[in-house]
Amino acid sequence: MSKHVVILGGGVGGTMVANHIARTIPEEIKNGDVKVTLLSNDQKHIYQPGYLFVAFNEAHMGQFERKEKTLLSPGVNLVIDNIVKIDKQAKKVFSDKGTAYAYDYLVISTGSVPTFDTIPGLAEDSHNFYTREGALKLRDALANFTEGKIVVTVDVPHKCPAAPLEMSLMLDDYFRVRGLRDKVDITYTYPISRVHALQSVADWAAPEFERRGINAETFFNLETVDTEKKLAISMEGTELPYDLLISIPTHRGSKVIIDSELGDENGFIPTDRHSLKMIGDDSIYVLGDATNLPISKAGSTAHYQTETVVHNIISELHGLPPRAHYDGKVVCFLESKMDEASFIEFTYNKPPQPAVPSEMLFWFKLAYNEMYWLFARGLL
Amino acid sequence: MSTEIAKTVDARGSFCPGPLMEIIKAMKTSTVGDVLEVWSNDQGSVKDIPEWINKVGHELVYTENAGDYWKIAIRKMK
Repeated sequence: MSKHVVILGGGVGGTMVANHIARTIPEEIKNGDVKVTLLSNDQKHIYQPGYLFVAFNEAHMGQFERKEKTLLSPGVNLVIDNIVKIDKQAKKVFSDKGTAYAYDYLVISTGSVPTFDTIPGLAEDSHNFYTREGALKLRDALANFTEGKIVVTVDVPHKCPAAPLEMSLMLDDYFRVRGLRDKVDITYTYPISRVHALQSVADWAAPEFERRGINAETFFNLETVDTEKKLAISMEGTELPYDLLISIPTHRGSKVIIDSELGDENGFIPTDRHSLKMIGDDSIYVLGDATNLPISKAGSTAHYQTETVVHNIISELHGLPPRAHYDGKVVCFLESKMDEASFIEFTYNKPPQPAVPSEMLFWFKLAYNEMYWLFARGLL
Repeated sequence: MSTEIAKTVDARGSFCPGPLMEIIKAMKTSTVGDVLEVWSNDQGSVKDIPEWINKVGHELVYTENAGDYWKIAIRKMK
């Protein structure tokens, strides 16, 4: 009898898992022993890390978008549908039109959603690079910004912890190149006592900020935005005036996870840190931003988790125990200028150490942006 | 006041965003008076979590060495 693997979400994790399964067991799919269905609510596949480059007008949005269908192996059955309910007892997912999809194994890769409504005033008066519209709006605002105060705020939890630093360092270089740096005041804020969660990254970034004249305000947890007076106000009582406010927003799990009551209080799914199975359910795997794992929510995380999920599902399809273990591997490029980058790599057991920033690492990052489409297709 | 743990946050292996960020996240959705226990295998947590608690005005209930990791309990005060 045919086994059905249903993958929910057409982002980095879902697309890679679907393609790798299809490419690893093509005969079983061809014979009808295994069916792989990818359910996505969007015809378009977006490479979200590209938004940072769009915001600085260093790239065009079209470079980071493809039709999902063009990325998939012929063995993957793509269905565009809006899934609103996961019923793990019945082993089915349901769309808003009432269509049911039964599964033997379900892969949840539904990502997360940036949220601006947790802080009064934030949605009305901030810019961001976490949505398509936000990146384009920020691009236009930066292109027309010639003098004044820019404040970068960071809410918790947030995606890719490297991004707030990258934004601030790139802002510095962006205005230097335009000959406006002496007219633009840049303030970076961070919720804890140092400028980054990772001690090694903080040790590298703090003197870099000082050298480049970027103000750093630590212990700053944004509580409210006074849109009249243009003040960012923290729960610690600090008030920062701004002309342009750039928000690193908090995020939560997707609506289908919250509505299906599969997530924690933020909508992230309790997940075994090694097997990547949903805790308490033997038929569901979770990867990428959808998990509750205490590691970076970044594309590379989903990328490395793909290997574990694919290996375990194929083992189970073959009647073998799922023995592959995810070791917590994450790799991040860290843009330090418009033409320079650093790089960090870590696992659950190996602490990170930032590489010396170089132009070569920057070019490697740009190359990865292009190579991503090969990874998504399961070719690399 | 009760020291019953309302929530345990297993942040072992969390280099990035790190145990302190995990506990800030958990605090946001907790109720005043709740005691949260965070597990960390990063020795830096023994310093930076109490430092943050002190700054924000929560209460450090205890710090306990559990072998190869630490258990740090915090009461949400506001």
